[in-house]
Amino acid sequence: MVEFRLASLKETKPHEYAIRFLFGGLCTALAGLIAKHFGPGIGGLFLAFPAIFPAAASLIESHEKERKARIGFDGTTRGRMAASLDSAGAALGCIGLCAFALTVYKWLPGRNAYLIISVATIEWLLLVVGSWELRKLLYRRLQ
Amino acid sequence: MTDLVIRFLVGGFVVSLFAALGDILRPKSFAGLFGAAPSIALATLGLTIHRDGAHYAAIEARSMILGAIAFFLYATTTSWVLRHYRPRTLLTTLALAPIWFGASFALWFVFVRGQ
Repeated sequence: MVEFRLASLKETKPHEYAIRFLFGGLCTALAGLIAKHFGPGIGGLFLAFPAIFPAAASLIESHEKERKARIGFDGTTRGRMAASLDSAGAALGCIGLCAFALTVYKWLPGRNAYLIISVATIEWLLLVVGSWELRKLLYRRLQ
Repeated sequence: MTDLVIRFLVGGFVVSLFAALGDILRPKSFAGLFGAAPSIALATLGLTIHRDGAHYAAIEARSMILGAIAFFLYATTTSWVLRHYRPRTLLTTLALAPIWFGASFALWFVFVRGQ
């Protein structure tokens, strides 16, 4: 069951939000610069650049460790496993990322750009949720 | 220069938004899906279409497919290494980043170069 935990936002420190903003902004600007200098063929690769993946996985590890430390346990292994699960989730998300890019590539020329981007985004969301549910189902059957 | 500043601000905002979504969602494997959200693409495609046209943006999207396959290899390897060994997460993700660069450029070289 998917849950929303708004309280988790408080665990992220202001400097961690700033790092995400900085990395995200830099990678986006860099993608534009690369496309300008080397053309859209190379520049397009960077639209799927894992911009904040290292920082996000590392944050998950440290938050899990902090949570365990607060109740007097060493959360090193748990933190690493949480980061591993997050990475597995990101790998599943890449299936949706591929579908997003394929839709934009095939349908964008000659059509309403905002409609195609919206369709591609909804498709991404449906696909990642669907693949996550399928993975969960398969995992249960294998156990 | 203005274009770069706009890209920086829009990119920073969109990437942070998806990261915050990943923070509030549980379980972890589901939240991880947002680590591979099309955040950079969403931040830049509008600007690219406006400045260089839809055909240019479609060429970028074709390469993005290859970048996403490379990201899949990178994230899968990272998950496997973290599960089977005992390294620090930040070190692992940074040390394995060449997988993304190597795979994406190799795929581009094989499938796109010369077209």
